[in-house]
Amino acid sequence: MSPRHSGATGPVALKKAALRSSAPIFAALGDETRLRIIAVLCAGGALSITQLTTGTEITRQAVTKHLHILAKAGMVNHVKVGRERLWEFEPAPLTEARRSLEVIGQQWDYALRKLKLAVEQ
Amino acid sequence: MTITSTDRIERSIVLKAPRSRVWRALSNAEEFGNWFGVALKGRTFTAGKRTQGKITHPGYEHLTWDVLIERVEPERLLSWRWKPGAVDTAVDYSKEPDTLVEFELKDVDGGTLVTVVESGFDQVPEWRRLDAFRMNSGGWDIQMQNIERHVATP
Repeated sequence: MSPRHSGATGPVALKKAALRSSAPIFAALGDETRLRIIAVLCAGGALSITQLTTGTEITRQAVTKHLHILAKAGMVNHVKVGRERLWEFEPAPLTEARRSLEVIGQQWDYALRKLKLAVEQ
Repeated sequence: MTITSTDRIERSIVLKAPRSRVWRALSNAEEFGNWFGVALKGRTFTAGKRTQGKITHPGYEHLTWDVLIERVEPERLLSWRWKPGAVDTAVDYSKEPDTLVEFELKDVDGGTLVTVVESGFDQVPEWRRLDAFRMNSGGWDIQMQNIERHVATP
């Protein structure tokens, strides 16, 4: 429910900008394969595409595609080690995405406090 | 780290009131609407049925609160599905994925613990998620300040 607010200025506008920048992160995570890649990279440090596809049904091509989507959202970086390209997880954008959910959480804090006022009268 | 933490929000509060009282404030649609900010006089919450009402927050009365009640378990659980960020009256949101909101009640010393969980955000499309964030960051900051003042007034 609730309220679109227009003409915001100051801190609200700043917060909006921060939220808008989080949108690609949610989009990037809205896919099972990409979630899996992130989970593996979180646990396993920097990995090559070969290591990422080992023991899975996913093709190198598919993993490459997903890695590029994640890279665009700033969630993975690659480093070159010799002739090999290794991919690693970048935690900062996910932290920001969590902060966006915090904002929705504030809505619930507010609602629960209204409930508190209602039942403790 | 938990990857899925972008999918859900959880909040809890202890209320100094018996569970039966809290349940009434949740499950009686009209009473619910009074504190939640929706006009629900004469409406009911029934599992499997939609409930709709006009939002009563000043400035947002043109918006409709529209939920599909999922579970009604007396003095224990109330849940519904809704479309977060469905604030544009010109858009048909019916085909969009929704989030699940669950209110759970538990007895604790001196009152009732209420936990609210909203989940399913990972399925919400990017553009509507933005609307959801926008409306929350825009509208609720002010509401929070209002309630702070209200609570601080003896």
